Amino acid sequence: MSGTPAVSGAAHGSHKPIRNKRLYLEDLTVSFDGFKALNNLTLYVDPGEMLCIIGPNGAGKTTMMDVITGKTKPDSGSAWFGDGVNLLEMSEPEIVAAGIGRKFQKPTVFEQLTVFENLELALAGTRSFLKTMRARISPKQNERIFDVLEIIGLTDQRDSYGRILAHGQKQWLEIGMLLMQNPELLLVDEPVAGMTPHEIERTAQLLTSLAGEHSIVVVEHDMSFVRSIARRVTVLHEGQVIAEGDMDKVQNDPRVIEVYLGV
Amino acid sequence: MSTVSEEPEAVNGDKQVPGLWRRSTLVVRGSSGRHDRGGKWFLRLLAAGTIAVPILNQAVPASSVFHLSAFGLTLIGKYLCYAMLALAVDLIWGYCGILSLGHAAFFSLGGYAMGMYLMREIGPRGVYGDPVLPDFMVFLNYKKLPWFWYGFNHFPVALLMMILVPALLALVFGWFAFRSRVTGVYFSIITQALTYALMLAFFRNDMGFGGNNGFTDFKDILGFDLHSDGTHVVLLMITAIALGGSYLACRAIVESRAGRVVLAIRDAESRTRFLGYPVESFKLWLFVFSAIMAGVAGALYVPQIGIINPSEFAPINSIEVVIWVAVGGRGTLYGAILGALAVNYAKTYLTGAFPEVWLYALGALFVLVTVFLPHGIVGVVSKRGKEK
Repeated sequence: MSGTPAVSGAAHGSHKPIRNKRLYLEDLTVSFDGFKALNNLTLYVDPGEMLCIIGPNGAGKTTMMDVITGKTKPDSGSAWFGDGVNLLEMSEPEIVAAGIGRKFQKPTVFEQLTVFENLELALAGTRSFLKTMRARISPKQNERIFDVLEIIGLTDQRDSYGRILAHGQKQWLEIGMLLMQNPELLLVDEPVAGMTPHEIERTAQLLTSLAGEHSIVVVEHDMSFVRSIARRVTVLHEGQVIAEGDMDKVQNDPRVIEVYLGV
Repeated sequence: MSTVSEEPEAVNGDKQVPGLWRRSTLVVRGSSGRHDRGGKWFLRLLAAGTIAVPILNQAVPASSVFHLSAFGLTLIGKYLCYAMLALAVDLIWGYCGILSLGHAAFFSLGGYAMGMYLMREIGPRGVYGDPVLPDFMVFLNYKKLPWFWYGFNHFPVALLMMILVPALLALVFGWFAFRSRVTGVYFSIITQALTYALMLAFFRNDMGFGGNNGFTDFKDILGFDLHSDGTHVVLLMITAIALGGSYLACRAIVESRAGRVVLAIRDAESRTRFLGYPVESFKLWLFVFSAIMAGVAGALYVPQIGIINPSEFAPINSIEVVIWVAVGGRGTLYGAILGALAVNYAKTYLTGAFPEVWLYALGALFVLVTVFLPHGIVGVVSKRGKEK
């Protein structure tokens, strides 16, 4: 390898030491009218890792997602996507294009379109009116849609309208719509809220199968679900990380027990 | 847009789900196009009518019951123009959820552009015999032609203006409204204000558009006598072609991927934005296209009816269009056309037979349709719409 310059994050003029993390959140502070939703939050996500974030209401989980996706600008701190992309300097669509997909709590699929068409609209690429007027699905894109249909288990429902899907299927479809854009980082907000036990199990399988290829951050209240998918759990409280580690370690942490009674 | 090759029968057989309509995995059709039977029937009837009208008017003797009178010609022509206006409203309301209560403004502007050409075409044959100034200008003591009347003696200029003026108004108005994220009832209210403001402006004598009398007493169009049946037959056929063309253009839009994005915007606007689609730009394109259609409809309306005046801008006119679309079935292109034809025929009949009940009938119709027929006439006719 002698003589070949190292091509890595350093080549992009990164301001930070290369540590090969997928996501760096450092010293983030967000305050709303004096209330600190995030208070010097520092958090890293490894490539291909599935990280679960838990915490009581108001712990700052959603605010953290908002900062990552550019919806909320922090008062201080930094947020980097990989070693060369400063999220704080980007708009929401730019962040989506850079490879961060977010699934919201409430599933919003397009009810008047079929599952297939929902995925079609989520295809990366063509966005302008005139181009979408002429857009056709290429065989490659068609294949990608069918791959995703397979992953989310909705191949048989591909011609069903969004409005007739069960709650769990809508959640999977929405995850599928995120996958169409091939994001490197998936942010998933309460994926199993309101699901039946069977659907929860399927969702756990789905997310587990996606980890590795994608980095995934899951915010969830359902402890048994978190236990079933997470290798690493981070507990947020009042905008700060109060515990980190595997589920057993976190659940026996005295501070966690203190703020999270009833777990 | 080819219509025949997309028949479901032509689909090849792999990966199909039994029990649902069949389609190849590569051919994705827009929501409205999945069973565009109504649309095909409409196009067939329109074509048949376009052929029948000249025969019934020109070849069938006036003594026969099948003879189509000049009055009948004008009436059908008017209905077709209204159908085109309804199509324009349905495209943005039915498909994109933008309820414009000011579309009569675009219709009227197109009509005024045509009216200006027809006024200048009169030339020295007016009552006052002025070679350049239309009668109303002589009457109002104009010394010379206002600058915005220049060029309207040339038909191509007028034609350009029929398209350009509604398009520009829609572009500017829509740009401000959509960029500021004005939606729902607020958008409807400002479109009402728009058409009302234009009505007040056009009522003024010093606007240079004939004040409350508007334009009338047209003589001919491109040298063809506007009092002859032959000219009206040709105008009617052109209107039918324009309506058919608009229908096909609308269908091409709603069946493309852009059409699915438009439906997505109607369903969940912020979700569509989050997918990266420039929602405002989609709305603006659609709104401008819709305004152009309305303008062309107005331009075709004026020579057939023989008059244009500011009352065409009246807010109630725009609301009536929405009622036509709702009665026919919003969100289906042929439904809008059907509604425009049905309601206007009812209007012609009722205002003749029981003039005092018309407005009550219209109001009752709208209430009944809203309560009992949320999908309009089309929803009743095609039960298939409900099983999905």
